[in-house]
Amino acid sequence: MSISRSLTSLLLLCLLVLAPMAQAQSTDSEATALLQALADSSYAQKKDVIAEIAGSGDERARGWLEAFANGKLSRIEDSGQFVIVLSNRGRNWTVADALSGESLGEVSRRDLDSIRINNALRNELDGILSVIDLTVANPDTRLAAARDLRGEVDAPLAERIDGLLQTEDNSDVRAALTKALAIYQVEQGDVAAVAILDGSLNARARVALNGAAQSDDPELAAAAAQALKNIETKLKINSAAETLYFGLSLGSVLVLAAIGLAITFGVMGVINMAHGELIMLGAYTTWGMQQLLPGQPGLALILSIPAGFLVAALAGIAIERSVIQHLKGRPLETLLATFGVSLILQQLVRTVISPLNRTVITPEWMSGSLMVNEALSLTLNRLYVIGFALVVFAGLMLIMRKTRLGLEVRAVTQNRAMARSMGIKATRVDILTFGLGSGVAGLAGVALSQITNVGPNLGQSYIIDSFMVVVFGGVGNLWGTLVAGLSLGTINQVLEPWAGAVLAKIVVLVFIILFIQKRPRGLFPQKGRAAEG
Amino acid sequence: MTIKKHVTLGLSALALSISMQSMAAEDPIKVGILHSLSGTMAISESTLKDTMLMLIEKQNEAGGVLGRQLEPVVVDPASNWPLFAEKARELLEKEDVDVIFGNWTSVSRKSVLPVVEELNGLLFYPVQYEGEESSENVFYTGAAPNQQAIPAVDYLMNQIGVERWVLAGTDYVYPRTTNKILETYLKDHGVAADDIMINYTPFGHSNWQSIVADIKQFGSEGKKTAVVSTINGDANVPFYRELGNQGIEASDIPVVAFSVGEQELSGIDTGPLVGHLAAWNYFMSVDADANYDFIDAWVDYSGNEEAVTNDPMEAHYIGFNMWVEAVRKAGTPEVDAVKDAIIGVSVPNLTGGYATMMPNHHITKPVLIGEIQDNGQFSVVWETPSTVAGDAWSDFLPGSKDLISDWRKPLACGNYNVVSRSCGGAAEVAAE
Repeated sequence: MSISRSLTSLLLLCLLVLAPMAQAQSTDSEATALLQALADSSYAQKKDVIAEIAGSGDERARGWLEAFANGKLSRIEDSGQFVIVLSNRGRNWTVADALSGESLGEVSRRDLDSIRINNALRNELDGILSVIDLTVANPDTRLAAARDLRGEVDAPLAERIDGLLQTEDNSDVRAALTKALAIYQVEQGDVAAVAILDGSLNARARVALNGAAQSDDPELAAAAAQALKNIETKLKINSAAETLYFGLSLGSVLVLAAIGLAITFGVMGVINMAHGELIMLGAYTTWGMQQLLPGQPGLALILSIPAGFLVAALAGIAIERSVIQHLKGRPLETLLATFGVSLILQQLVRTVISPLNRTVITPEWMSGSLMVNEALSLTLNRLYVIGFALVVFAGLMLIMRKTRLGLEVRAVTQNRAMARSMGIKATRVDILTFGLGSGVAGLAGVALSQITNVGPNLGQSYIIDSFMVVVFGGVGNLWGTLVAGLSLGTINQVLEPWAGAVLAKIVVLVFIILFIQKRPRGLFPQKGRAAEG
Repeated sequence: MTIKKHVTLGLSALALSISMQSMAAEDPIKVGILHSLSGTMAISESTLKDTMLMLIEKQNEAGGVLGRQLEPVVVDPASNWPLFAEKARELLEKEDVDVIFGNWTSVSRKSVLPVVEELNGLLFYPVQYEGEESSENVFYTGAAPNQQAIPAVDYLMNQIGVERWVLAGTDYVYPRTTNKILETYLKDHGVAADDIMINYTPFGHSNWQSIVADIKQFGSEGKKTAVVSTINGDANVPFYRELGNQGIEASDIPVVAFSVGEQELSGIDTGPLVGHLAAWNYFMSVDADANYDFIDAWVDYSGNEEAVTNDPMEAHYIGFNMWVEAVRKAGTPEVDAVKDAIIGVSVPNLTGGYATMMPNHHITKPVLIGEIQDNGQFSVVWETPSTVAGDAWSDFLPGSKDLISDWRKPLACGNYNVVSRSCGGAAEVAAE
């Protein structure tokens, strides 16, 4: 192998000697020398080496720099051979030769010296890679590269961008480049460029304008101040929209967690302290599904929606049959017994699965955010949860209002004896209702697995909030739960930036206590004779 | 088994003395392990219990200590702080253990403190903490603030050029004290009050949207901004996830964390977090043979190819070896003898150097700053040129800057005031 490589490099050398003009590819020995310099120099010196590699014209340079940026460029300790790490999990890493690209199989981590990089260098590299990317064929890559350049432009780069603007035909890329250039021009004191940045929500543009507003040139300062003022107004609107979105998203989590309880507690009147653990079971089902279907987190997540419902529903029915039915009409004892059940379930998960949190993978289509504009982006996982909460709510409403089961549930809860004399099997209805409420808790767990930790304590963090939402909304009223959850979420998020997370929670709690003093039956009290009793 | 062998050998007069020694070998040295195996803290502490069991097993395979086997006594304080005190009492009074390795949270340590002092026990505490404490009966093998927080802030200030600071933490004693120290330190270094934002969140906080948005806002004013995070436990997972989702990259606003290690990162996809920082005295990725051996042993012991090691595990490794060394030196596991013998003991750490027990019951440690990689590991970007000795009393708090701790005789004082030249008294330390 090494002979053939040295032969090829010899051949290459000959070629280079014969045709010095055609220096598209540097020789392997030159490349090794460059990488060696990269490996052995200090962080400060590495900058120059990077520039040298980028300027070498070698086609492989981009691959090396990218691997270096990702911390994947390594050297084998004994042989000094440079490799690119393909997989860096566990104790043995899969590597490929950096020069030939040939796979070398697995190498023990002990034998690899990774070539160190830090944030400053990574920043530098990103800039260099962006400049390289400005000339590729794919317009999306060009656009991303142009956006990355905002705030990074210096004098030589400004000239290059000017040149590129002449030939660039994609309008989006042109706009991004113009903006990147304008930031540089404003920094240099160009009044005309201020107009381009007017209304831009980009943070770097704002920094540049801020600097310009403090300049000695009155014309520039005035123009920049005016542009900043416009930006501030826009930002305020965006930040209000953002807070509202945060509130709705927290609210939808509360609704999801509470809506199962609204059925078991609200409709059936059972105080189920193990409700949180049913949520936890749903979340663990998602994890289990992802273990069963490795590599397909999205599919697993979708399948865990019915699976989570079933698991939690069955667990709920088991709790109802074994504990709750024997304690009918004794709320205090139900409370204590179900609290015991919740502790048992938690410890069961700890001993059987693990006391450690489990990793639930977020599928690709749920990560990141939907960018409305540069100051407002909606995180996708939260957006999906809001949608999911609304769908679950609509589904439950349909079941309670339009189906035979819903009718029977309402009949049994309003007047048990009368319903039974009409031929309704009250016990069966109890089981189904409790199963339904528990199943919905499982659905909440599936959703929560995407935004919080899946661990034995998951349920505990939501049980108090759930009861709060149900009581605030009015016991027995699903609409109340929806409105209460969303409004509590929004109130909390509006307060949080001022008061801090801890105080915001306390304020919300105090608010609910005062509210319940005024209206003991919550926002939407049940009406009619059954409710009075 | 070895006892029987000795007894069969025991024919001569010499055999009598050997069998006397063997009689002593009959009862093993008991080692108490006081880590939560259930409740909130089980996530972190159960790993430390397994680490201790592994270390004890290895030591026994190597012949134990002073020819005696070590016997682990495991109790479960269930993340319940008062129960920690009860379990410590049980270990010392009923089980009669010679040493305890345990605790994670500061509040649990404070709960155990009066018990070990009253019953004259030995406690090795393996987690980084807020300092402001020095007990005759406790050995602090985790980092004090000057071994973690201060060097990390120095790094950000001098190497990265950070001018604006967000101090974000969980709402309890460790973050509050650390942030108080850091705030004074930053102000001493000319940072304006406007450039410091302090935020506290409850344990297990999961809704980070508006806080992260606030940080983003705070950091977009043109000055280089960094977040110093003392956020504890699993609240970190949603915090980092939100950072990733809101697109805060390490090159814009780096987050340096004091409580996030390999274990916490094993619960998340670290792709979006590459470049964020952590300050510890040990990283699993450290390139040292001692470390690789430890990782191999741990993977074999836990039977999990993906098992990770972390800083508190290294602290237990150091603490355990120091204790073994001190018992050998003293010739007995008896508490008072070990307490005196252990000061000055040096053992190898896992990063290729040595750790020494100082007279203030803290140890010397290197300080490492690591950047998160996409495989959930850290890559070391900076380290202190030499090891740093732990400082029990911070120099940056008005109440403690004149205090020193030195448990060597004749001073033997945990809070000696160098200005008034008097010892504050051990009772007062215990009362804190």
